[in-house]
Amino acid sequence: MKRIVVLAKQVPDTANISGDAMKADGTVNRAALPAIFNPEDLNALEMALTVKDRIGAEVHVITMGPPKAVEILKHALYMGADYVGLITDRRFAAADTLATSYVLAAAIKKIGAVDLVLAGRQAIDGDTAQVGPQVADKIGFNQVTYVSALREVNDNYLIVERDGEVQTEVIKAAYPVLLTVCAEANTPRFPNCRRMLRFFRLDMNDNTGIIPVINMDDLALAEERCGLKGSPTRVHKIKSIMLKGGELKMYGTDVTDIRQLVRDIMKDYVEVG
Amino acid sequence: MKSVVFIEKNPVTKRLRNVSLELTYKAYTLSHPQGSEVVGVFCGEALPEDSDRLFQFGMDRLLYHTDQRLAQLHSLAYKQVLEAMIRAEKPEIVLFGATHTGRDVAPLIASSLKTGLTADCTQLYTDEYKDRGKILYQMRPAFGGNILATIVTPDHRPMMATVREGVMLLPEEHLQNPVRMEEFAIDFNDIWLKSEFMEIIPKVKKVDLAAANIVVSGGAGVGNRENFRLIRELARALGGEVGASRAAVDFGFIEKDHQVGQTGSVVRPKLYIACGISGQIQHRAGMEESQKILAINKDPEAPIFNIAHMGIIGDLNEIIPVMLRYLKEEV
Ligand SMILES: Cc1cc2nc3c(=O)[nH]c(=O)nc-3n(C[C@H](O)[C@H](O)[C@H](O)COP(=O)(O)OP(=O)(O)OC[C@H]3O[C@@H](n4cnc5c(N)ncnc54)[C@H](O)[C@@H]3O)c2cc1C
Repeated sequence: MKRIVVLAKQVPDTANISGDAMKADGTVNRAALPAIFNPEDLNALEMALTVKDRIGAEVHVITMGPPKAVEILKHALYMGADYVGLITDRRFAAADTLATSYVLAAAIKKIGAVDLVLAGRQAIDGDTAQVGPQVADKIGFNQVTYVSALREVNDNYLIVERDGEVQTEVIKAAYPVLLTVCAEANTPRFPNCRRMLRFFRLDMNDNTGIIPVINMDDLALAEERCGLKGSPTRVHKIKSIMLKGGELKMYGTDVTDIRQLVRDIMKDYVEVG
Repeated sequence: MKSVVFIEKNPVTKRLRNVSLELTYKAYTLSHPQGSEVVGVFCGEALPEDSDRLFQFGMDRLLYHTDQRLAQLHSLAYKQVLEAMIRAEKPEIVLFGATHTGRDVAPLIASSLKTGLTADCTQLYTDEYKDRGKILYQMRPAFGGNILATIVTPDHRPMMATVREGVMLLPEEHLQNPVRMEEFAIDFNDIWLKSEFMEIIPKVKKVDLAAANIVVSGGAGVGNRENFRLIRELARALGGEVGASRAAVDFGFIEKDHQVGQTGSVVRPKLYIACGISGQIQHRAGMEESQKILAINKDPEAPIFNIAHMGIIGDLNEIIPVMLRYLKEEV
């Protein structure tokens, strides 16, 4: 039976910025955004569960984040994950992708005997797509990024399609391997009602032990490689993007106005003849 | 500050990808004022047919390693070869295209070199930083495009960044650097070849949005696939390309390769016409830099009007047919 680790992240829902999350100056109030399961990590989890359905597997879902990230681990349990782990420690705060991958790689090594690691292609808050490959590098796995379909899976290898921009690559990859999964690869299943009832009341570190909390010492990590200390990059400045108001010339919807609009376009932009 | 630029070939056309030229020129503007070199690094089964062009955009030297086994993207092999080249050159800046190849390999190399990598930069410049002297300032959108962050890598070298195609501009005039290509030797190890490429299916890409002078885009407001004909007709009448918002693609009005925005193409045409597009941040990320923007939308409050230069409030299904009629008259 294969052992699969899915890397998941809780992210602010940057896509649905409602009125409540907008400040008066037109910038986004990040604290007011709802936190969600990173969409493409759901596709990674779905792929893990598909592999489990087809050939049998033990599916672990781990996340590094603040305590409230326990919400996505519960969601993973509802969908069918066998084991989850919340990797949390104040000393992990402000980690860039290098420091994050260091921690996640250690957690995967600690689980041990892992055949397959699945991650979403990218997270919607940072869009870097770097953590997956950087984990692969640290655990010494082969990787296939931009996986857009799972064609075949058996005990020895997977056959996947990779979106190579100008071409689709059909790749046979033996275990162990790390895949980063795109949204088009599958449709994540709904949470299972019975599992929801079973896991609904759980919290991290409760007496069931189903959602263990893992900290820096549990993973025997070097503090100088974690969090801000272990991050080569620094955020120097942040600017909220505001709509830039240009001079706007409005046209009416009268045919004469539209004719004027067409003339203006033609005059300036169309190379006639 | 010496720069290394990852040079990429389009596997279908066998020619350079535009992003390689764009980054070469960007590196030239970063390194050349300080008297430093721009070095390209390439690996693959054969050099791009038009490699010489790099030297018209500021390249000083191109290091290459060619091997039949590198015909496809074997991540580990690419990482080994490119990392060896970077270690040999000891640059301060390393730039990769934020392509599906660059975004596959660059993080592996940054992990191995234990240095910083900033994804999808939209601006790069050098400036003083505390007592470190000049370093690279890397600006990128984050948070779904709602913020613009400036990222620095103060204490690690090289400072690595990826940039999407179409973001950095090419110069009007060509440079005339002498062509210098050097083969880079490395002991190739077959254990780097872990994936088996069973089949390569070229995608038929019909649209070249980045090159178009005029882009006419339709969004959810177009309503249905049938109405999208109006967008195509307007584009044809103006000699432009057809673009779309993600909502239009998701509704199946048009194919994905027409999508403009954060997860589509980045365009900066002379004229961008947004029809029935609200102008969400992810869409704007792909078209904001257009020279002129015309918005056609029935909602006067639509955010697209905040960045538009010309606007018309109304139903596109009524407005576009009238435009088409007058366009035919004008020609
Ligand atoms: C991670 C992520 C990446 C994304 N990437 C992209 C991307 O690359 N590109 C992209 O476009 N989006 C992207 N999106 C989606 C984006 O957030 C918006 O959902 C999308 O751009 C909305 O498309 P739209 O403007 O066509 O639709 P809507 O927002 O639904 O707007 C439709 C507009 O049409 C107008 N309208 C309706 N009927 C008419 C009519 N008859 N005549 C005139 N006007 C009419 C309405 O007033 C409205 O303003 C992304 C989202 C996420 C989360």
